Amino acid sequence: MDLKALFKKAGNTLEGGVRIVKKRSSTLSCPRCGSEYDKDSVLKNHWACPRCGGYFRMSARRRLRFLCDADTFREFDKDLATKDILEFPGYPEKLSKSAEKCGQKEGVLCGVCKIGGYDTCIFIMEPDFMMGSMGSVVGEKITRLFEYATEHSLPVVGCTVSGGARMQEGIVSLMQMAKVSGAVKRHSDSGNFYLTVITNPTTGGVTASFAMLGDVIIAEPGALIGFAGPRVIEQTIRQNLPKGFQRSDFLLSHGFLDAVVPRQELKDFIIKMLRIHA
Amino acid sequence: MTIFEKIQYTRSGKRPTASAYINALFTDFTELHGDRRFGDDSAVIGGIAMLRDTPVTVIGIEKGTDTNDKIQHNFGQANPEGYRKALRLMKQAEKFHRPVITFVDTAGAYCGIGAEERGQGSAIAENLYEMITLQTPVLSIVIGEGGSGGALALAVADTVWMLENAYYSVVSPEGCASILWKDSAKADQAAAALKPDAQNLYDLGVIEKIIPEPADFSADAEKEQFFSSLEKELTAEIRRLQETSSDTLLANRYEKFRKVGRI
Repeated sequence: MDLKALFKKAGNTLEGGVRIVKKRSSTLSCPRCGSEYDKDSVLKNHWACPRCGGYFRMSARRRLRFLCDADTFREFDKDLATKDILEFPGYPEKLSKSAEKCGQKEGVLCGVCKIGGYDTCIFIMEPDFMMGSMGSVVGEKITRLFEYATEHSLPVVGCTVSGGARMQEGIVSLMQMAKVSGAVKRHSDSGNFYLTVITNPTTGGVTASFAMLGDVIIAEPGALIGFAGPRVIEQTIRQNLPKGFQRSDFLLSHGFLDAVVPRQELKDFIIKMLRIHA
Repeated sequence: MTIFEKIQYTRSGKRPTASAYINALFTDFTELHGDRRFGDDSAVIGGIAMLRDTPVTVIGIEKGTDTNDKIQHNFGQANPEGYRKALRLMKQAEKFHRPVITFVDTAGAYCGIGAEERGQGSAIAENLYEMITLQTPVLSIVIGEGGSGGALALAVADTVWMLENAYYSVVSPEGCASILWKDSAKADQAAAALKPDAQNLYDLGVIEKIIPEPADFSADAEKEQFFSSLEKELTAEIRRLQETSSDTLLANRYEKFRKVGRI
């Protein structure tokens, strides 16, 4: 890795987030070792680097294709769009830029599908939509999904990636934490299964609500998972953070994850959990 | 005052902290310590008290008064064990059908190595998850700072009130300004944009009541008048919640949060 890249601030505020650098339309370079590949060989290797094992960031649709059985996904609330409730400066522009960038109206993809033949509700957060942040639409869509799953006695598989609650919607974003947690509680009280798959990075209000509420909580290796972001902690305590701090293995050893599951084994793990809870 | 000036006032130390409310509004307060898992977090104080002739569970985030006291209470920034202690006391209240009253005053949940090691996110999540179905009335009052998830973890309540000059926000205005505009000096602009003051939150339907404040809390007569009137309103509201059936209470509580940002 060249020194300049080492000291460069992350390209966006997703803590430690690494972005896929598109050299040409079909070439991808590994966020960890920099090796370049054509899209197909990365795809065949479950979006992991064939050389160093580093993970490429997956958009929500890509992850959906990776996890769901082909042609089984029925999307919910696709066109639910955000209102600029607080008339926050610059927010409408950010929303339309994000929508353009990832072809999604908001930061989460929700619906029903089959995984390994098992019916399940699924939500996948979108890393490129305003850093996967949770505003009213993200909260509303996930809440509706849990309410649907409760009504139809279906499990929920949720993949998280988020910088936390979205600032531009102020208190309304904060309240989504309580709203979604309430829907998760009702789903759980009705005896339904919820599996959380935490991916890099998941912080703030999402960690402090539905990411940590699964019956089974797993994470991809090396994912940053925390309440406060590492930079904020460093600024607060004025110390360097220990190696591996807030990464998947750290949470596993402190008792906050059930397992760290490599991407290549993720679908099989999910199928096993759905079979056991079917 | 502008919104940012109000926020600065909540941080000025010129306002009563949670323990002052507990002393003024209740009798026979008995503090109960510890989360039974790791330790006792003195940023969160809690216990049993009498509201007139009703036994209640009282929980508050305490900032401390003088310098030593502030250090003792970690400046009102709770660690996971603080939230877990609060949850333990709420579960105890549920068992004995005691209403729960919480006083929220925190810049935010503490961020440090230990807090992360012991699962700050998980502790807050657990409170949101359990409070929404807690089978006893819950009333929360934001008395000063309502700092993000660390405040919400004690405010999933049937009724949420705010003091006139309190604020309740997803992010501190400094944090917001530094993330969005790379300049924490623009905190006043961020505060105006975030609209975290009592009037805006009331208009958004997030809180049920704005509690008027005396112009100066250091004037004893005004302060006494303030607490006496708050005690009357608190007693009436707790009575109303106690007279509501448990099913209706929980359905209303779910709906209170469900409706925010409903599309």
